Amino acid sequence: MASLVGYYSLLAGFCCSFLIIYFSIINFKDTKILDKRILSFTFFQFFFVVISFFGLIISFVASDFSNETVFNNSHTTKPLFYKISGTWGNHEGSLLLWLLVLTLFIYLFLLNSVGQKKNYRVLTLLFQEIIIIGFFVFLIKTSNPFNYIMPTPKEGLGLNPILQDPALAIHPPVLYLGYVGSSIIFSSALAGVTLNYISKDWAKHIKSWVFISWIFLTLGILLGSIWAYYELGWGGFWFWDPVENVSLMPWLSLTTLLHCILVLEKRNILNSWAIILSITTFALSMCGTFLVRSGILNSVHTFANDPERGLFILIFLFILIFLSFFVFFFFHKNENKTLINLNWVSKETAILINNWFMMYFLIVVLIGTVYPIFLEVITSEKISVGPPFFHKLIIPFLIPFLIFMAIGPQLKWIKSNLKNKLYLILFLIISFILTVLIVKNLSINFFTNTILLTAAFFLFFITVRDFFKKKFSNLSQNISHFGFSLLILSILFNNIFSSEIITNLKIGETFVSDKFKISFNDIKQKDEQNYKAIIGKFKVIDSKGSNLIMSPELRIYNQPNIVTSEADIKTNLLTDKFMTMNLVQNQDYFNIRYQIKPFMAWIWISVILICFGGLISLFKKKYEN
Amino acid sequence: MYGRKVKLRFFFVFLILTILSLSIFLILKSLEENVVYFKSPTEIKILSEINNNKIRIGGMVKENSILIEEKKLKFVVTDFKNEINVVYSGVIPNLFAEGKGVVAEGFLKDRSFFSATKILAKHDENYMPPEVKKALEEK
Repeated sequence: MASLVGYYSLLAGFCCSFLIIYFSIINFKDTKILDKRILSFTFFQFFFVVISFFGLIISFVASDFSNETVFNNSHTTKPLFYKISGTWGNHEGSLLLWLLVLTLFIYLFLLNSVGQKKNYRVLTLLFQEIIIIGFFVFLIKTSNPFNYIMPTPKEGLGLNPILQDPALAIHPPVLYLGYVGSSIIFSSALAGVTLNYISKDWAKHIKSWVFISWIFLTLGILLGSIWAYYELGWGGFWFWDPVENVSLMPWLSLTTLLHCILVLEKRNILNSWAIILSITTFALSMCGTFLVRSGILNSVHTFANDPERGLFILIFLFILIFLSFFVFFFFHKNENKTLINLNWVSKETAILINNWFMMYFLIVVLIGTVYPIFLEVITSEKISVGPPFFHKLIIPFLIPFLIFMAIGPQLKWIKSNLKNKLYLILFLIISFILTVLIVKNLSINFFTNTILLTAAFFLFFITVRDFFKKKFSNLSQNISHFGFSLLILSILFNNIFSSEIITNLKIGETFVSDKFKISFNDIKQKDEQNYKAIIGKFKVIDSKGSNLIMSPELRIYNQPNIVTSEADIKTNLLTDKFMTMNLVQNQDYFNIRYQIKPFMAWIWISVILICFGGLISLFKKKYEN
Repeated sequence: MYGRKVKLRFFFVFLILTILSLSIFLILKSLEENVVYFKSPTEIKILSEINNNKIRIGGMVKENSILIEEKKLKFVVTDFKNEINVVYSGVIPNLFAEGKGVVAEGFLKDRSFFSATKILAKHDENYMPPEVKKALEEK
């Protein structure tokens, strides 16, 4: 029943698109004010998609297995929370969520842009409706979430257990808010180009959308990363896996756009650059969906998928890119043909330089992700590109990037001079000395680590100084840059000071090394609603003699029948102690991994700080208005 | 001859082009050095020479072939035409089991002996590496 309502509601929402387009075109020519009917239909469209989405949630909660999506992804014994989150844990549901956010955002955009020109609003709506129609067709044609199965099965297939996790339950919605937010930027940029409205005013208006998408995208990536850290049991937080890379690419592009928009707002330059970045960000978001859903990526995060869907998204993506190129080349007039007077020593130059660095990072990630696909198509040679590639190409350029990031905010717009900037050199020297003191006793690559740490410390000290010196005049930027320096420092220290032990143990055995003694005391069994747990008990004694009891867990899920391991993580502000236990089929041995990961918590905290900076900027803008 | 601004613009274009080509060159160069090739046991059998590069192998874990000791794990990877012995020490993913697909990364010692540094886990029990699927279809 709920499925039926959901399906027809979806069709009703689809029909709304055409009505909206019809009224928009009429409205575009005639009157001066926005037709009220457009607003109503945009709301109705959103409303219908909400009904449809709730229809799917109800089907999941009620375990209505006559619905194919529910059958494939749910099970009666699954806890209620995961029945609900299972709604968007699968392909069909997640696309419905995309659509939901698309329609919500365009409605919010119309409400939020009352002060803007009518034609700009209508045109943005039109471009957005093209995207919405594309997704409707995609959903209804290739991945209808409301397909029937006859006869109704008694039991569902269940949700992949590693997806049954709180962080991953909210990861897709948050990430999608970021992805889809970029669609508004895309539509509005195209509308702006057509009406020749890419200016200070446009920048001021679209800025809040850029910030909103950016905050959600950052949080979404953070959630995915935290999940990978504790659920996959590798103790890492970033693996340069293709699926991770496709979320990093729009982030890089959006971060670049965010800075570019600030320059556009202040100086009315870089107009074309802002448009290109708006288009790129959305194209990359679509690419992300395409690459993850089509299955052409060879990733550790790959889930079951369908090539036909991939083809559809690819064609749709090409149409959108073609459309935006068309709009860009035919309508874009670069008016301020008086050569842009960029002074070498100014804030905008520093931002522009770092824009280029970020574009470089983006190109590296893009090539590293896409190259294996092309090579396989052309030569049928199968390859993978691993972390060394990315590290080698990104780390050296991170150094000037960090330094410019520290210096940029110290400069003024338009023209700045270098007098009274002696403290910069002073801080650089302090950072260098501090780094040498830390690095010299360690058996690591002295050269690279010293330079990298110096640059990171430099940014750290400069941003800390700004907190006091600038009296919170630019707090949001300050917090985000501070957060970034903290992030880089935490990652570096985490890398340098991590240690791990991997061994195979039977119950009752003890592993002894010069640093630790790990005894495997016993195991317990526990029955839960939809899995059986085997909990190990380990005693870890380190060289200082302190005791630690670790109890990692193995979960054997009933449906589908999968074993997952739950790491036991003891977190405090300085270090994480991390233990996982894996069962080897038909053997007495358990595979044990014990890791000490310093500053792990700070990686998460610093990313939250970065987001927080964005949030402040968003609210400050509201407050000023 | 040309105005200062025109010269400046030429300089900019030149600078950007140089940087662009330099970075593309850098990327491609290190791509060459850092890619990991994927081979099936059959492809390894017909390999003309064995070098010291890191590669990935994939196939099914042969039934009754897993042997575990305190420090290492031994098993046989097969594509049902040829087999290769693998020795490994490190983290063993949960979905690693006899009769299931596996991808291992490491170094070839000779044509029938592989020393793995990493076994890659997949999230989905029914998931089979595309390479293995292809190898199975070909047989």
